[in-house]
Amino acid sequence: MKTGITRQFSKLALVVAAAGLLGGCATSGNPKDPIEGFNRAMFGFNEGLDKVIIKPVATGYEAVLPDPIQTGVANFFSNIADLMIGVNNLLQGKPAQAASDAGRVLVNTTMGFLGIIDVASSMGMEKHEEDVGQTFGRWGMSDGAYVVLPFFGPRTARDTIGLAFDVYTDPVAHVDHIPTRNVLLTTRLISDRAEFLKADKVIEEAALDKYSYVRDAYLQRRRSLIHDGNPPKFDPYSGSGDGKSADAQGEGSTAQVAARN
Amino acid sequence: MRLFAFLLASASFFLSPGVQAQAKELAPDALVKSVTDEVLDIIRKDKDIKAGNTQRAIELVEQKVLPHFNFSRMTALAVGRDWRQATPEQQKALTEEFRDLLVRTYSNALTAYKNETVDYRPFKMKAGETDVTVRTQIHQPGARQPIKLDYSLEKNGNGWKVYDVVVADVSLVTNYRSSFATEIRNGGIDGLIKTLKAKNSSLEAANRK
Repeated sequence: MKTGITRQFSKLALVVAAAGLLGGCATSGNPKDPIEGFNRAMFGFNEGLDKVIIKPVATGYEAVLPDPIQTGVANFFSNIADLMIGVNNLLQGKPAQAASDAGRVLVNTTMGFLGIIDVASSMGMEKHEEDVGQTFGRWGMSDGAYVVLPFFGPRTARDTIGLAFDVYTDPVAHVDHIPTRNVLLTTRLISDRAEFLKADKVIEEAALDKYSYVRDAYLQRRRSLIHDGNPPKFDPYSGSGDGKSADAQGEGSTAQVAARN
Repeated sequence: MRLFAFLLASASFFLSPGVQAQAKELAPDALVKSVTDEVLDIIRKDKDIKAGNTQRAIELVEQKVLPHFNFSRMTALAVGRDWRQATPEQQKALTEEFRDLLVRTYSNALTAYKNETVDYRPFKMKAGETDVTVRTQIHQPGARQPIKLDYSLEKNGNGWKVYDVVVADVSLVTNYRSSFATEIRNGGIDGLIKTLKAKNSSLEAANRK
């Protein structure tokens, strides 16, 4: 089963790499987004998939289940995720946070009935958000080009590699009983999606162009997460605070990003 | 969800009848807190807003709230470098349309309020500081994690004004910058004004339905 996931992932990587080559010319000049043509197509694919399958199911889930049950489901998966969050904190040289994450798993798995109740948070042990992409970022790897993956959605080149590790080390994906595993994976997907239903409507309303709105939000958020919420003051689109170099970057963007990678 | 909660809280921030008068004297964290608390209280009681009456929410926002935000600063930040090339008339039009868009989006989010609560992160400020961030968290029933919602405030002659709202580490203002830049590249400042106008009309039409 491990190999199954790995194989899927190498296929995905191939698709992405190929698309990167093909999409190289389709750019509107955003230095962070050299394969915008491909990305927009993939974004459309994901949106279509969401609209037809995932969102309706999540909407039903949200409508039918009482809030406490939804919270319990979300907490259950959140507790499982804390395991690798702790490992990543350790890899990022933050032993105190890693210890707290381990403590969270311990407390929530026992006192919180297999994670269903987040006892640790009410005890003041803060939930963290870490993944391998962030760990790479912390180690100094630059984020590379923005890419929209099929099914997984927005990533950067670095976060795509990170995602491969995240998927590979995902405890849920390693459940040996395949039907159980599939139920768990599906439930987690729906639970995650249900949390974003309202945000979705707001984004539709707020964005002039949903694609670039989502892209820019993703890039901002990742940058902040890598710095644990305190990124240095810097504007990803202008290079400097006043936005004066945006044009200059735009011109040679594709070449620049290609060279950097 | 995150964005929603942020919009909700921002909207609630706008809706503050009693606080405006004393806004000048309040410290930024106290301002955010008193406004948010008071406004959440109003939303909880307002049946029209709860029933999805966007127009009612917009009225409240427009009547009571805008004084706490510095929209021309927000618009200038969102437009970035091109702001200086815009004529005063264009700047005024941009600010009006951008404000309209934000108010509409907020007001819609406000109508979806569902027992969210807000808490406030510790706030420290040095004497004489004029640019600060007030950090809050939104707790949403059914969600596993609170959503971070930070307000950037700047002090000017009229007291503290919010010039950016950062939700789940995403700055609202910065997030518009690249799409604004694209619009300006394609159709100039007037092209952006036109796009914003069209966006606002389509939202207005959708609300009327």
